[in-house]
Amino acid sequence: MSTGWKNLQTQPPVRSGRGASLARKWVQQRHLQTMALLGVVWMIIFHYIPMYGILIAFKHFDIIGTISSAPWAGLEHFRAFLEDDNFWYIVKNTLGISLLKLAIGFPLPIVFALFLNEIRSIRFKKSIQTISYLPHFLSWVILGGILTTWLADTGMINQLLLAWGWIDQPISYLAEPSYFWGIVVSSDIWKELGWSAIIYLAAMAGVSTDMYEAATIDGAGRFQKMWYVTLPAIKGTISILFILAVSGILNSNFDQILVLRNSLNESASNVVDIYVYQVGIQQGRFSYSTAVGLLKSVLALILLLIANSVTKRVNNTSLF
Amino acid sequence: MQLLQRRTAGEAIFDFVNNVFMLIICFVTLYPVWYVLVNSFNEGADAMRGGIYWWPRVFSLGSYQAVFANNGIMTAMGVTIAKTLIGTIVHVFFTAMIAYAYSRKELIGRKLYMLIGTITLFFGGGLIPTYLLIRDLGLLDSFWVYIIPAMFSFFDLIIFMAFFRELPDALEEAAKIDGANDFGIFCRIVLPVSMPVVATIALFHGVYQWNDYFTGMIYINNTDLQPIQTYLYRVVAQSSSNQMMAAAPGVVAQSVTSQSIKLATMVVTTLPIVLVYPFLQKYFVKGLMIGSIKG
Repeated sequence: MSTGWKNLQTQPPVRSGRGASLARKWVQQRHLQTMALLGVVWMIIFHYIPMYGILIAFKHFDIIGTISSAPWAGLEHFRAFLEDDNFWYIVKNTLGISLLKLAIGFPLPIVFALFLNEIRSIRFKKSIQTISYLPHFLSWVILGGILTTWLADTGMINQLLLAWGWIDQPISYLAEPSYFWGIVVSSDIWKELGWSAIIYLAAMAGVSTDMYEAATIDGAGRFQKMWYVTLPAIKGTISILFILAVSGILNSNFDQILVLRNSLNESASNVVDIYVYQVGIQQGRFSYSTAVGLLKSVLALILLLIANSVTKRVNNTSLF
Repeated sequence: MQLLQRRTAGEAIFDFVNNVFMLIICFVTLYPVWYVLVNSFNEGADAMRGGIYWWPRVFSLGSYQAVFANNGIMTAMGVTIAKTLIGTIVHVFFTAMIAYAYSRKELIGRKLYMLIGTITLFFGGGLIPTYLLIRDLGLLDSFWVYIIPAMFSFFDLIIFMAFFRELPDALEEAAKIDGANDFGIFCRIVLPVSMPVVATIALFHGVYQWNDYFTGMIYINNTDLQPIQTYLYRVVAQSSSNQMMAAAPGVVAQSVTSQSIKLATMVVTTLPIVLVYPFLQKYFVKGLMIGSIKG
């Protein structure tokens, strides 16, 4: 397929049929093929077999039987979810948390990167970067531990608010559904702000200094340079990351919510992924929870396609 | 460019405000971690009274003694170390090997292989079908459930491929003339010169393995095989930290509380990552760039 002397060497110019030379070429690269096929086999087992397993969403599968022997259920499980009492608040929580994260958590790292980019001392800039992405490497279990410590009745927040006389009674933040979304969104930003900014900073490092000099000569201030030079230069990166963020919008961070939820904040914390876990793994309703999960995946895919086509039209960048 | 210019008053104010703003962000990022650290070094019963913000009031290593004397925590720590080391080595080697094969232009069926992989980025079976697969493979309650299902990632393959494509062809030619086969070339030539990207992926996967509690939570019932994060999850989320107290042997003084043991466990669990990442960080910015732009 490729040309050059490298290819001539591995492929002697034998004039036989096309199939024969392909087979010979295959034999020559048998080591390479073995390596590649190991990957294909792994993907078939760990990705494609579960995809086939989605069939149980359309069947009455029980733990003893096999997927192929289970009787068909049609769309019964999907209908059951739509008619479930929990349906609306699960959808509301999933979308609400995700949209908040997108609306606040997506632009903030860009703003942070813009301002970090204006720091003159390279050393100071590097130190801030190193510190700001530290939380990314901590697990949600650890952060859950920190948050429950801080937000407890006897925790730091309550201690301070009581000491300052802003409240009379300690507030049980994690037991109060109305606080849950705020806690989830802000702790997510706290964890990922620095990490998400890396990619923008790297893109900004590629902007030519000529552009800034020209802008300076034209009398642009720092904010104007950010707005008219830096921001347009990283537009492509922003678009790609935006598409990815939208496509992941329904994944309202399972790990995080699993750690922070409890029976008291359930009305604000139950999202699709948590529901699938509860109903599927804990209650063993395999077919039903697979149907719920599938519904979510289909919606996520549609969102990805919409975001992709919108940015393609607006910005001329797209994933595919 | 900056040397040639004079800073105006406005610029100076901007820089000052910006620096202060950045320092505030650093403080907000670090302080919660510092708070946990300080409280874990304070005597547990005294810490209950609150008010420890900057420095331990009654310094004590009691909580750490309790952690290191607790067999459950130590077993979980051992499992975590084992799965992180083995899992990372296997993941990096296997993914890099497949990426090397995929990156070779002469590979027959290359487009098909890439298609098979790309599809896995966008579609998946979801939780239940994956659980059934793991069950049918006999991986429930097995250490290998941490290693085998995580040994390959197509996303990491893309990062490796981008790096391998930049390697000069001459490198492989020389080895080929010496009679090495493709696998030998990969092991002895390509892998050793690819340390920056190997370090990046190793860090990412190592952190994943270290932090993963979900695998331990759903696939493992045997407490001897549960990783430290799963152990902590059960303590933190199910707020059953009394279990920790109960599990701590009697040598521990009364002043240790379940809360202080929890904090000490969190510190012990986090420490390895905090120690490792500054050494590897120079690599991963580049790795991340490649991954997200070509991905």
